[in-house]
Amino acid sequence: MMLTVHDIGPGVTIQDLGRPGWTARGLSQGGAVDRLALLEAAALLGADPGQAVLEMMGFGGSFSTDQDTRIALTGAVMQASIDGAPVAPNTSQLLRAGQRLTIGGARQGVYGYLAFAGGMQTPQIMDSRAAHLTAGINGLVQAGDTIPVGPDPDFLAGPVTLPVDDRLSGGAIRIMPGPQTDYFAPETLERFANTPFRRSPRGNRQGARLDCDGPGFTMAGATNIASDLVLPGDLQMTGDGVPYVLLAECQTIGGYPRIGTVIPADLPKVAQAMPGAHLQFTWLDVADADATNQPERVILQTLRHACTAMRRDPHEIADLLSYQLISGMTPGDDLERP
Amino acid sequence: MMMTQHGTDPEFRPLGVDGILVRFSKVLTDQANAAALAFRDVVQQQGLDGVTEVASSLTSIRVGFDPTVTNRAVLQTQLQDLVHAHATDTPAAKRLWHIPVAFGPAHAPQLGEAAKRAGVTKAQAIADLTDQTVRVIAIGFAPGQPYLGMLPAHWDIPRQTTLTERLPRGALITAVRQLIIWAAEAPTGWRHIGQTAFDVYRPDADQPFAFAPGDTVRFVHVPDNEMADLLANADADGGARCEALQ
Repeated sequence: MMLTVHDIGPGVTIQDLGRPGWTARGLSQGGAVDRLALLEAAALLGADPGQAVLEMMGFGGSFSTDQDTRIALTGAVMQASIDGAPVAPNTSQLLRAGQRLTIGGARQGVYGYLAFAGGMQTPQIMDSRAAHLTAGINGLVQAGDTIPVGPDPDFLAGPVTLPVDDRLSGGAIRIMPGPQTDYFAPETLERFANTPFRRSPRGNRQGARLDCDGPGFTMAGATNIASDLVLPGDLQMTGDGVPYVLLAECQTIGGYPRIGTVIPADLPKVAQAMPGAHLQFTWLDVADADATNQPERVILQTLRHACTAMRRDPHEIADLLSYQLISGMTPGDDLERP
Repeated sequence: MMMTQHGTDPEFRPLGVDGILVRFSKVLTDQANAAALAFRDVVQQQGLDGVTEVASSLTSIRVGFDPTVTNRAVLQTQLQDLVHAHATDTPAAKRLWHIPVAFGPAHAPQLGEAAKRAGVTKAQAIADLTDQTVRVIAIGFAPGQPYLGMLPAHWDIPRQTTLTERLPRGALITAVRQLIIWAAEAPTGWRHIGQTAFDVYRPDADQPFAFAPGDTVRFVHVPDNEMADLLANADADGGARCEALQ
Protein backbone atom coordinates (compact mmCIF):
# COMPACT_ATOMS: atom_id res chain seq x y z
CA MET A 1 0.00 0.00 0.00
CA MET A 2 1.23 3.48 -0.76
CA LEU A 3 0.59 6.63 1.22
CA THR A 4 0.61 9.77 -0.90
CA VAL A 5 1.53 13.04 0.78
CA HIS A 6 -0.38 15.86 -0.93
CA ASP A 7 0.47 18.68 1.47
CA ILE A 8 2.67 18.66 4.54
CA GLY A 9 3.50 20.79 7.56
CA PRO A 10 7.07 21.94 8.23
CA GLY A 11 7.87 19.49 11.03
CA VAL A 12 6.64 16.05 9.98
CA THR A 13 8.92 13.03 10.30
CA ILE A 14 8.62 9.26 10.35
CA GLN A 15 9.20 8.01 13.89
CA ASP A 16 9.18 4.80 15.87
CA LEU A 17 10.69 3.92 19.25
CA GLY A 18 14.17 4.81 18.03
CA ARG A 19 17.61 3.19 18.24
CA PRO A 20 18.58 2.11 21.76
CA GLY A 21 22.09 0.92 22.47
CA TRP A 22 24.29 3.32 20.47
CA THR A 23 25.00 5.82 23.25
CA ALA A 24 28.65 4.77 23.44
CA ARG A 25 29.15 5.82 19.81
CA GLY A 26 27.37 9.13 20.28
CA LEU A 27 23.99 8.31 18.76
CA SER A 28 21.05 9.01 21.04
CA GLN A 29 18.01 6.75 20.95
CA GLY A 30 15.75 9.30 19.26
CA GLY A 31 12.32 8.10 18.14
CA ALA A 32 8.98 9.70 18.94
CA VAL A 33 9.06 12.70 21.27
CA ASP A 34 5.81 11.48 22.89
CA ARG A 35 6.44 7.75 23.15
CA LEU A 36 3.13 7.18 24.92
CA ALA A 37 1.33 8.30 21.75
CA LEU A 38 2.95 5.41 19.84
CA LEU A 39 1.81 2.93 22.47
CA GLU A 40 -1.71 4.38 22.32
CA ALA A 41 -1.77 4.05 18.54
CA ALA A 42 -0.53 0.47 18.78
CA ALA A 43 -3.27 -0.34 21.30
CA LEU A 44 -5.99 1.23 19.14
CA LEU A 45 -4.88 -0.59 15.99
CA GLY A 46 -3.87 -3.89 17.61
CA ALA A 47 -0.45 -3.25 16.13
CA ASP A 48 3.15 -3.78 17.17
CA PRO A 49 4.38 -0.78 19.21
CA GLY A 50 7.57 -0.76 17.16
CA GLN A 51 5.71 0.23 14.00
CA ALA A 52 6.63 3.53 12.42
CA VAL A 53 4.16 6.42 12.32
CA LEU A 54 4.12 10.04 11.20
CA GLU A 55 5.05 12.55 13.89
CA MET A 56 3.56 15.96 13.14
CA MET A 57 4.94 18.94 15.04
CA GLY A 58 2.21 21.57 15.24
CA PHE A 59 0.69 20.92 11.84
CA GLY A 60 -0.19 17.85 9.77
CA GLY A 61 -0.87 17.72 6.06
CA SER A 62 -3.16 15.93 3.63
CA PHE A 63 -2.83 12.31 2.72
CA SER A 64 -4.45 9.45 0.85
CA THR A 65 -3.81 5.74 0.44
CA ASP A 66 -4.47 3.35 -2.42
CA GLN A 67 -6.00 0.67 -0.16
CA ASP A 68 -8.43 0.66 2.74
CA THR A 69 -6.71 0.83 6.09
CA ARG A 70 -7.45 1.69 9.68
CA ILE A 71 -5.68 4.73 11.06
CA ALA A 72 -5.43 6.41 14.44
CA LEU A 73 -4.54 9.91 15.55
CA THR A 74 -2.87 10.17 18.96
CA GLY A 75 -0.85 12.73 20.90
CA ALA A 76 -1.67 16.38 20.18
CA VAL A 77 -5.31 17.00 19.23
CA MET A 78 -5.24 18.30 15.66
CA GLN A 79 -8.02 19.44 13.38
CA ALA A 80 -8.61 16.39 11.21
CA SER A 81 -11.15 15.21 8.67
CA ILE A 82 -11.70 12.51 6.08
CA ASP A 83 -13.35 13.95 2.98
CA GLY A 84 -14.71 16.73 5.19
CA ALA A 85 -16.08 14.54 8.00
CA PRO A 86 -14.36 15.21 11.35
CA VAL A 87 -12.01 12.56 12.71
CA ALA A 88 -11.91 12.00 16.46
CA PRO A 89 -8.57 11.65 18.22
CA ASN A 90 -7.60 8.48 20.08
CA THR A 91 -10.04 6.41 18.02
CA SER A 92 -9.36 3.93 15.25
CA GLN A 93 -10.92 4.95 11.94
CA LEU A 94 -11.29 3.44 8.52
CA LEU A 95 -9.62 5.40 5.74
CA ARG A 96 -10.91 4.16 2.41
CA ALA A 97 -8.71 4.03 -0.65
CA GLY A 98 -8.67 7.42 -2.34
CA GLN A 99 -10.28 9.33 0.51
CA ARG A 100 -8.53 12.54 1.52
CA LEU A 101 -7.33 12.70 5.13
CA THR A 102 -6.64 16.30 6.06
CA ILE A 103 -4.83 17.15 9.30
CA GLY A 104 -4.47 20.81 10.21
CA GLY A 105 -3.03 22.68 13.15
CA ALA A 106 -2.73 21.42 16.71
CA ARG A 107 -5.60 22.65 18.86
CA GLN A 108 -4.04 21.19 21.99
CA GLY A 109 -0.52 19.86 22.38
CA VAL A 110 2.47 20.03 20.05
CA TYR A 111 3.26 16.57 18.64
CA GLY A 112 0.45 14.70 16.87
CA TYR A 113 0.83 11.17 15.53
CA LEU A 114 -0.80 9.52 12.52
CA ALA A 115 -0.54 5.75 12.66
CA PHE A 116 -1.55 3.20 10.03
CA ALA A 117 -2.52 -0.33 11.06
CA GLY A 118 0.24 -1.82 8.93
CA GLY A 119 2.90 0.75 9.87
CA MET A 120 5.18 2.74 7.60
CA GLN A 121 7.46 0.35 5.71
CA THR A 122 10.39 2.54 4.79
CA PRO A 123 13.90 0.98 4.88
CA GLN A 124 15.43 0.47 8.29
CA ILE A 125 18.71 2.07 9.30
CA MET A 126 20.27 0.51 12.40
CA ASP A 127 17.00 -1.38 13.02
CA SER A 128 14.78 1.69 13.00
CA ARG A 129 12.85 3.82 10.53
CA ALA A 130 12.94 6.94 12.69
CA ALA A 131 14.29 10.20 11.35
CA HIS A 132 17.10 11.49 13.58
CA LEU A 133 17.54 14.96 12.21
CA THR A 134 20.63 15.99 14.16
CA ALA A 135 22.32 12.70 13.23
CA GLY A 136 21.48 13.14 9.57
CA ILE A 137 19.39 9.96 9.48
CA ASN A 138 16.42 10.45 7.15
CA GLY A 139 14.71 13.81 6.98
CA LEU A 140 11.46 15.71 6.93
CA VAL A 141 8.49 14.32 5.04
CA GLN A 142 7.89 16.39 1.89
CA ALA A 143 4.81 17.16 -0.18
CA GLY A 144 4.67 14.74 -3.09
CA ASP A 145 6.34 11.90 -1.18
CA THR A 146 4.92 8.43 -1.55
CA ILE A 147 5.61 6.25 1.47
CA PRO A 148 5.15 2.47 1.60
CA VAL A 149 2.68 1.35 4.28
CA GLY A 150 1.99 -2.21 5.36
CA PRO A 151 -1.44 -3.64 4.52
CA ASP A 152 -4.03 -3.54 7.30
CA PRO A 153 -4.39 -7.19 8.39
CA ASP A 154 -7.80 -6.51 9.94
CA PHE A 155 -9.43 -3.52 8.31
CA LEU A 156 -12.92 -4.83 9.09
CA ALA A 157 -12.29 -4.47 12.80
CA GLY A 158 -14.81 -2.04 14.24
CA PRO A 159 -13.67 1.31 15.53
CA VAL A 160 -12.32 1.39 19.06
CA THR A 161 -11.58 4.33 21.28
CA LEU A 162 -9.19 4.92 24.14
CA PRO A 163 -9.84 7.26 27.04
CA VAL A 164 -6.70 9.33 27.50
CA ASP A 165 -5.70 11.42 30.52
CA ASP A 166 -4.93 15.02 29.63
CA ARG A 167 -1.23 15.50 29.03
CA LEU A 168 -1.56 18.40 26.60
CA SER A 169 -1.97 21.31 29.01
CA GLY A 170 1.23 21.44 31.03
CA GLY A 171 0.77 21.39 34.81
CA ALA A 172 2.62 19.55 37.56
CA ILE A 173 5.77 17.71 36.48
CA ARG A 174 7.60 15.27 38.75
CA ILE A 175 11.40 15.36 38.70
CA MET A 176 14.04 13.17 40.32
CA PRO A 177 17.61 13.87 41.38
CA GLY A 178 20.34 13.21 38.83
CA PRO A 179 24.13 12.95 38.98
CA GLN A 180 24.58 16.72 39.26
CA THR A 181 21.65 17.74 41.45
CA ASP A 182 23.89 18.13 44.48
CA TYR A 183 26.16 20.52 42.56
CA PHE A 184 23.38 23.08 43.03
CA ALA A 185 22.82 24.90 46.31
CA PRO A 186 19.84 23.57 48.32
CA GLU A 187 18.14 26.96 48.08
CA THR A 188 18.47 26.84 44.27
CA LEU A 189 16.79 23.42 44.21
CA GLU A 190 13.99 24.70 46.42
CA ARG A 191 13.54 27.83 44.33
CA PHE A 192 13.37 25.68 41.20
CA ALA A 193 10.40 23.77 42.59
CA ASN A 194 8.74 27.00 43.72
CA THR A 195 9.08 28.75 40.38
CA PRO A 196 6.23 28.75 37.87
CA PHE A 197 7.63 28.11 34.39
CA ARG A 198 6.18 28.69 30.95
CA ARG A 199 6.98 26.56 27.93
CA SER A 200 8.99 28.79 25.59
CA PRO A 201 8.24 28.88 21.86
CA ARG A 202 11.87 27.82 21.42
CA GLY A 203 12.14 24.09 21.18
CA ASN A 204 12.41 21.14 18.87
CA ARG A 205 12.92 17.39 19.00
CA GLN A 206 16.16 17.95 20.95
CA GLY A 207 14.70 19.91 23.80
CA ALA A 208 12.23 22.47 25.06
CA ARG A 209 13.21 25.75 26.63
CA LEU A 210 11.41 26.96 29.74
CA ASP A 211 10.92 30.61 30.65
CA CYS A 212 10.36 32.13 34.06
CA ASP A 213 10.50 35.45 35.82
CA GLY A 214 13.45 36.14 38.09
CA PRO A 215 17.06 34.99 38.06
CA GLY A 216 18.34 31.85 36.34
CA PHE A 217 19.38 28.62 38.04
CA THR A 218 23.15 28.58 38.06
CA MET A 219 25.79 26.79 40.09
CA ALA A 220 29.33 27.75 41.05
CA GLY A 221 32.06 26.30 38.79
CA ALA A 222 29.63 25.04 36.16
CA THR A 223 31.91 25.81 33.25
CA ASN A 224 34.66 23.47 34.44
CA ILE A 225 32.79 20.24 35.19
CA ALA A 226 33.43 17.32 32.85
CA SER A 227 30.87 16.72 30.13
CA ASP A 228 28.80 13.71 31.04
CA LEU A 229 26.07 11.39 29.78
CA VAL A 230 22.63 12.95 29.38
CA LEU A 231 19.17 11.49 28.85
CA PRO A 232 15.79 12.66 27.58
CA GLY A 233 14.07 14.28 30.54
CA ASP A 234 17.24 15.84 31.92
CA LEU A 235 16.82 19.47 32.97
CA GLN A 236 19.90 21.16 31.57
CA MET A 237 20.84 24.72 32.50
CA THR A 238 22.53 26.92 29.95
CA GLY A 239 25.36 29.15 31.11
CA ASP A 240 22.94 31.83 32.22
CA GLY A 241 20.77 29.33 34.07
CA VAL A 242 17.90 28.94 31.62
CA PRO A 243 16.42 25.44 31.81
CA TYR A 244 15.94 23.18 28.80
CA VAL A 245 14.17 19.85 29.14
CA LEU A 246 16.00 17.41 26.88
CA LEU A 247 13.78 15.40 24.54
CA ALA A 248 14.09 12.36 22.26
CA GLU A 249 16.76 13.71 19.95
CA CYS A 250 19.03 15.17 22.62
CA GLN A 251 22.75 14.58 22.52
CA THR A 252 24.36 11.67 24.35
CA ILE A 253 26.85 13.81 26.31
CA GLY A 254 26.40 17.37 27.50
CA GLY A 255 28.56 19.88 29.30
CA TYR A 256 25.95 22.07 30.92
CA PRO A 257 24.86 21.29 34.46
CA ARG A 258 21.65 19.37 35.00
CA ILE A 259 19.52 20.09 38.02
CA GLY A 260 17.48 16.88 37.76
CA THR A 261 15.50 14.61 35.46
CA VAL A 262 11.81 14.62 34.52
CA ILE A 263 10.46 11.11 35.14
CA PRO A 264 9.43 9.29 31.93
CA ALA A 265 5.78 9.20 33.01
CA ASP A 266 5.62 13.01 32.95
CA LEU A 267 7.92 13.73 30.02
CA PRO A 268 5.09 13.66 27.44
CA LYS A 269 3.44 16.48 29.41
CA VAL A 270 6.51 18.65 28.93
CA ALA A 271 6.85 17.71 25.25
CA GLN A 272 3.19 18.41 24.56
CA ALA A 273 2.93 21.69 26.51
CA MET A 274 2.18 24.45 24.02
CA PRO A 275 4.18 27.69 24.09
CA GLY A 276 2.98 29.68 27.09
CA ALA A 277 1.63 26.63 28.95
CA HIS A 278 2.47 26.59 32.66
CA LEU A 279 4.73 23.95 34.16
CA GLN A 280 5.56 23.47 37.82
CA PHE A 281 8.14 20.98 39.07
CA THR A 282 7.92 18.73 42.12
CA TRP A 283 10.88 16.79 43.51
CA LEU A 284 10.52 13.05 44.06
CA ASP A 285 13.17 11.11 45.93
CA VAL A 286 14.90 8.34 43.98
CA ALA A 287 12.83 5.49 45.45
CA ASP A 288 9.54 7.23 44.68
CA ALA A 289 10.74 8.06 41.17
CA ASP A 290 11.84 4.47 40.54
CA ALA A 291 8.41 3.30 41.68
CA THR A 292 6.79 5.24 38.82
CA ASN A 293 8.81 3.35 36.21
CA GLN A 294 6.66 1.14 34.07
CA PRO A 295 8.22 -0.69 31.14
CA GLU A 296 6.59 0.24 27.86
CA ARG A 297 5.32 -3.29 27.32
CA VAL A 298 3.41 -3.06 30.61
CA ILE A 299 1.96 0.33 29.67
CA LEU A 300 0.89 -1.11 26.32
CA GLN A 301 -0.92 -4.00 28.04
CA THR A 302 -2.86 -1.52 30.17
CA LEU A 303 -3.74 0.58 27.14
CA ARG A 304 -4.94 -2.44 25.17
CA HIS A 305 -7.32 -3.32 27.99
CA ALA A 306 -8.57 0.26 28.17
CA CYS A 307 -9.65 0.33 24.51
CA THR A 308 -13.41 0.03 24.08
CA ALA A 309 -15.55 -0.55 21.01
CA MET A 310 -17.22 2.59 19.72
CA ARG A 311 -20.98 2.77 20.18
CA ARG A 312 -22.20 5.68 18.18
CA ASP A 313 -25.59 7.03 17.30
CA PRO A 314 -26.06 5.98 13.65
CA HIS A 315 -27.16 9.54 12.84
CA GLU A 316 -23.72 10.78 13.79
CA ILE A 317 -21.90 8.37 11.57
CA ALA A 318 -21.08 10.30 8.44
CA ASP A 319 -19.63 7.28 6.70
CA LEU A 320 -22.36 4.87 7.73
CA LEU A 321 -22.85 3.76 4.16
CA SER A 322 -19.27 2.64 3.88
CA TYR A 323 -19.64 0.38 6.92
CA GLN A 324 -22.77 -1.21 5.46
CA LEU A 325 -21.13 -1.73 2.12
CA ILE A 326 -18.34 -3.80 3.54
CA SER A 327 -20.42 -5.88 5.95
CA GLY A 328 -20.13 -9.54 5.20
CA MET A 329 -16.90 -9.16 3.28
CA THR A 330 -13.57 -10.44 4.49
CA PRO A 331 -10.09 -9.07 3.88
CA GLY A 332 -9.45 -12.14 1.70
CA ASP A 333 -6.33 -13.21 3.50
CA ASP A 334 -7.98 -15.29 6.21
CA LEU A 335 -6.00 -18.39 5.35
CA GLU A 336 -2.71 -16.57 5.52
CA ARG A 337 -3.32 -15.09 8.91
CA PRO A 338 -1.57 -16.61 11.90
CA MET B 1 46.10 -0.36 36.86
CA MET B 2 44.03 -0.99 39.95
CA MET B 3 41.22 1.49 39.60
CA THR B 4 40.63 1.75 43.30
CA GLN B 5 44.27 2.43 44.11
CA HIS B 6 43.96 5.89 42.60
CA GLY B 7 42.03 8.67 44.23
CA THR B 8 38.70 7.96 45.82
CA ASP B 9 36.16 5.30 44.99
CA PRO B 10 33.64 6.23 42.32
CA GLU B 11 30.33 7.84 43.18
CA PHE B 12 27.06 6.09 42.34
CA ARG B 13 24.25 8.38 41.23
CA PRO B 14 20.83 7.90 39.64
CA LEU B 15 20.59 8.82 35.97
CA GLY B 16 16.96 8.26 35.12
CA VAL B 17 14.55 5.75 36.66
CA ASP B 18 16.36 2.90 34.93
CA GLY B 19 20.00 3.81 35.20
CA ILE B 20 22.97 4.19 37.53
CA LEU B 21 25.85 6.53 36.78
CA VAL B 22 29.22 5.40 38.11
CA ARG B 23 31.36 8.53 38.21
CA PHE B 24 35.10 8.33 38.77
CA SER B 25 35.65 12.09 38.92
CA LYS B 26 33.69 15.31 38.60
CA VAL B 27 36.47 16.88 36.58
CA LEU B 28 38.31 15.24 33.73
CA THR B 29 41.62 13.56 34.46
CA ASP B 30 43.47 10.97 32.39
CA GLN B 31 43.23 8.62 35.34
CA ALA B 32 39.47 8.96 35.73
CA ASN B 33 38.99 8.54 31.99
CA ALA B 34 41.08 5.37 31.91
CA ALA B 35 39.16 4.02 34.90
CA ALA B 36 35.81 4.73 33.27
CA LEU B 37 36.75 3.12 29.94
CA ALA B 38 38.19 0.09 31.71
CA PHE B 39 35.21 -0.29 34.04
CA ARG B 40 32.84 -0.16 31.08
CA ASP B 41 34.63 -3.22 29.66
CA VAL B 42 34.41 -4.99 33.03
CA VAL B 43 30.66 -4.41 33.37
CA GLN B 44 29.99 -5.42 29.77
CA GLN B 45 31.92 -8.65 30.21
CA GLN B 46 30.01 -9.53 33.39
CA GLY B 47 26.64 -9.80 31.64
CA LEU B 48 24.77 -8.89 34.85
CA ASP B 49 21.09 -9.83 34.93
CA GLY B 50 18.80 -7.04 33.78
CA VAL B 51 21.54 -4.75 32.42
CA THR B 52 20.31 -3.20 29.18
CA GLU B 53 23.16 -0.88 28.17
CA VAL B 54 26.59 0.19 29.34
CA ALA B 55 27.68 3.58 28.00
CA SER B 56 30.81 5.52 28.87
CA SER B 57 31.57 9.20 28.92
CA LEU B 58 34.73 11.06 29.90
CA THR B 59 34.81 10.08 33.56
CA SER B 60 31.77 7.91 34.10
CA ILE B 61 29.67 5.05 32.83
CA ARG B 62 25.91 4.65 32.85
CA VAL B 63 24.52 1.19 33.46
CA GLY B 64 20.91 0.92 32.30
CA PHE B 65 18.64 -1.73 33.79
CA ASP B 66 15.29 -3.40 33.23
CA PRO B 67 13.27 -2.85 36.44
CA THR B 68 11.29 -6.03 35.90
CA VAL B 69 14.50 -8.09 36.12
CA THR B 70 16.63 -6.23 38.68
CA ASN B 71 16.52 -3.03 40.69
CA ARG B 72 18.71 -0.11 41.65
CA ALA B 73 19.79 -1.48 45.03
CA VAL B 74 20.78 -4.91 43.72
CA LEU B 75 22.60 -3.55 40.71
CA GLN B 76 24.43 -0.88 42.69
CA THR B 77 25.74 -3.50 45.12
CA GLN B 78 26.93 -5.63 42.20
CA LEU B 79 28.69 -2.64 40.64
CA GLN B 80 30.33 -1.68 43.92
CA ASP B 81 31.64 -5.23 44.27
CA LEU B 82 33.00 -5.12 40.73
CA VAL B 83 34.80 -1.85 41.34
CA HIS B 84 36.56 -3.39 44.30
CA ALA B 85 37.25 -6.77 42.74
CA HIS B 86 38.64 -5.89 39.35
CA ALA B 87 42.02 -4.76 38.21
CA THR B 88 42.15 -3.60 34.62
CA ASP B 89 44.87 -2.32 32.36
CA THR B 90 44.43 0.83 30.36
CA PRO B 91 43.99 -0.50 26.82
CA ALA B 92 46.90 0.36 24.52
CA ALA B 93 46.07 2.53 21.51
CA LYS B 94 45.44 0.48 18.38
CA ARG B 95 45.29 3.30 15.83
CA LEU B 96 46.85 6.72 15.23
CA TRP B 97 45.01 9.16 12.97
CA HIS B 98 47.00 11.95 11.27
CA ILE B 99 44.43 14.67 10.55
CA PRO B 100 45.11 17.91 8.61
CA VAL B 101 43.92 21.11 10.29
CA ALA B 102 44.05 24.77 9.23
CA PHE B 103 44.54 27.62 11.71
CA GLY B 104 44.22 30.67 9.41
CA PRO B 105 41.78 33.50 10.16
CA ALA B 106 39.08 32.05 7.89
CA HIS B 107 39.18 28.74 9.71
CA ALA B 108 39.97 29.62 13.30
CA PRO B 109 37.96 32.67 14.39
CA GLN B 110 38.56 32.15 18.12
CA LEU B 111 42.16 30.89 18.08
CA GLY B 112 43.51 34.25 19.25
CA GLU B 113 41.02 34.48 22.10
CA ALA B 114 41.63 30.88 23.20
CA ALA B 115 45.43 31.31 23.01
CA LYS B 116 45.18 34.42 25.16
CA ARG B 117 43.15 32.55 27.78
CA ALA B 118 45.74 29.76 27.70
CA GLY B 119 48.47 32.40 28.16
CA VAL B 120 50.32 31.65 24.91
CA THR B 121 50.80 33.29 21.51
CA LYS B 122 48.91 32.01 18.48
CA ALA B 123 52.08 30.36 17.18
CA GLN B 124 52.65 28.62 20.52
CA ALA B 125 49.02 27.55 20.57
CA ILE B 126 49.36 25.92 17.16
CA ALA B 127 52.52 24.18 18.34
CA ASP B 128 50.71 22.93 21.47
CA LEU B 129 47.91 21.52 19.34
CA THR B 130 50.10 19.80 16.76
CA ASP B 131 53.12 18.61 18.80
CA GLN B 132 51.10 16.28 20.99
CA THR B 133 49.29 13.01 20.35
CA VAL B 134 45.80 13.14 21.88
CA ARG B 135 43.52 10.26 22.71
CA VAL B 136 39.81 9.66 22.00
CA ILE B 137 38.64 9.82 25.59
CA ALA B 138 34.93 9.64 24.77
CA ILE B 139 32.57 9.67 21.82
CA GLY B 140 29.35 11.51 22.16
CA PHE B 141 27.09 14.54 22.07
CA ALA B 142 26.67 13.86 18.35
CA PRO B 143 27.13 10.60 16.45
CA GLY B 144 30.79 9.61 16.29
CA GLN B 145 31.99 12.92 17.68
CA PRO B 146 35.27 12.47 19.61
CA TYR B 147 36.39 14.19 22.77
CA LEU B 148 40.20 14.35 22.50
CA GLY B 149 42.64 14.96 25.31
CA MET B 150 44.32 15.90 27.38
CA LEU B 151 45.96 19.17 26.38
CA PRO B 152 48.61 20.72 28.67
CA ALA B 153 47.34 22.22 31.91
CA HIS B 154 47.38 25.82 30.63
CA TRP B 155 44.59 24.83 28.20
CA ASP B 156 42.18 24.40 31.10
CA ILE B 157 40.02 27.24 29.77
CA PRO B 158 36.30 27.33 30.54
CA ARG B 159 33.47 27.14 28.04
CA GLN B 160 31.90 30.39 26.92
CA THR B 161 28.75 31.24 28.84
CA THR B 162 27.09 32.25 25.56
CA LEU B 163 26.52 29.68 22.86
CA THR B 164 27.89 29.81 19.34
CA GLU B 165 24.78 29.00 17.33
CA ARG B 166 26.39 27.15 14.46
CA LEU B 167 29.80 25.83 13.48
CA PRO B 168 31.00 24.23 10.27
CA ARG B 169 31.24 20.44 10.31
CA GLY B 170 34.82 19.43 11.05
CA ALA B 171 35.53 22.51 13.15
CA LEU B 172 38.22 21.98 15.78
CA ILE B 173 36.98 23.41 19.05
CA THR B 174 38.36 23.50 22.57
CA ALA B 175 37.51 23.81 26.24
CA VAL B 176 38.81 22.37 29.53
CA ARG B 177 41.99 20.74 28.10
CA GLN B 178 40.04 18.93 25.38
CA LEU B 179 39.50 19.16 21.65
CA ILE B 180 36.47 18.12 19.63
CA ILE B 181 36.16 17.62 15.90
CA TRP B 182 32.65 19.06 15.66
CA ALA B 183 29.92 17.03 14.02
CA ALA B 184 26.70 18.39 15.48
CA GLU B 185 24.02 20.70 14.15
CA ALA B 186 23.78 22.33 17.53
CA PRO B 187 24.99 25.34 19.47
CA THR B 188 28.14 25.01 21.58
CA GLY B 189 30.04 26.95 24.22
CA TRP B 190 33.43 25.64 23.04
CA ARG B 191 35.75 27.94 21.08
CA HIS B 192 36.43 27.47 17.37
CA ILE B 193 40.21 27.30 16.96
CA GLY B 194 40.79 25.37 13.74
CA GLN B 195 39.20 23.53 10.84
CA THR B 196 39.49 19.97 9.56
CA ALA B 197 37.83 18.33 6.57
CA PHE B 198 37.31 15.12 8.55
CA ASP B 199 33.85 13.54 8.86
CA VAL B 200 33.63 11.69 12.17
CA TYR B 201 30.24 10.27 11.19
CA ARG B 202 29.41 8.74 7.82
CA PRO B 203 25.80 7.57 8.00
CA ASP B 204 25.89 5.94 4.56
CA ALA B 205 29.12 4.03 5.11
CA ASP B 206 29.48 0.43 6.30
CA GLN B 207 31.36 1.79 9.31
CA PRO B 208 29.34 4.90 10.21
CA PHE B 209 31.62 5.90 13.09
CA ALA B 210 35.24 6.79 12.23
CA PHE B 211 36.58 6.65 15.78
CA ALA B 212 36.59 4.03 18.50
CA PRO B 213 37.31 4.93 22.14
CA GLY B 214 41.06 4.72 22.74
CA ASP B 215 42.09 5.78 19.19
CA THR B 216 44.83 8.39 19.10
CA VAL B 217 45.08 11.52 16.94
CA ARG B 218 47.90 13.75 15.74
CA PHE B 219 46.89 17.05 14.10
CA VAL B 220 48.93 18.17 11.07
CA HIS B 221 49.05 21.93 10.36
CA VAL B 222 48.14 22.78 6.75
CA PRO B 223 47.75 26.21 5.11
CA ASP B 224 44.27 27.63 4.52
CA ASN B 225 44.39 27.14 0.74
CA GLU B 226 45.21 23.47 1.19
CA MET B 227 42.29 23.12 3.63
CA ALA B 228 40.00 24.80 1.11
CA ASP B 229 40.93 22.07 -1.38
CA LEU B 230 40.37 19.34 1.21
CA LEU B 231 36.97 20.81 2.14
CA ALA B 232 35.99 20.97 -1.53
CA ASN B 233 36.83 17.29 -1.93
CA ALA B 234 34.06 14.81 -1.04
CA ASP B 235 36.49 12.46 0.74
CA ALA B 236 35.21 11.81 4.28
CA ASP B 237 38.77 11.45 5.58
CA GLY B 238 39.65 15.02 4.58
CA GLY B 239 43.25 14.10 3.84
CA ALA B 240 43.62 12.13 7.07
CA ARG B 241 45.67 8.97 7.31
CA CYS B 242 45.01 6.14 9.75
CA GLU B 243 48.09 4.32 11.02
CA ALA B 244 47.72 0.92 12.68
CA LEU B 245 49.76 0.66 15.89
CA GLN B 246 51.05 -2.50 17.43
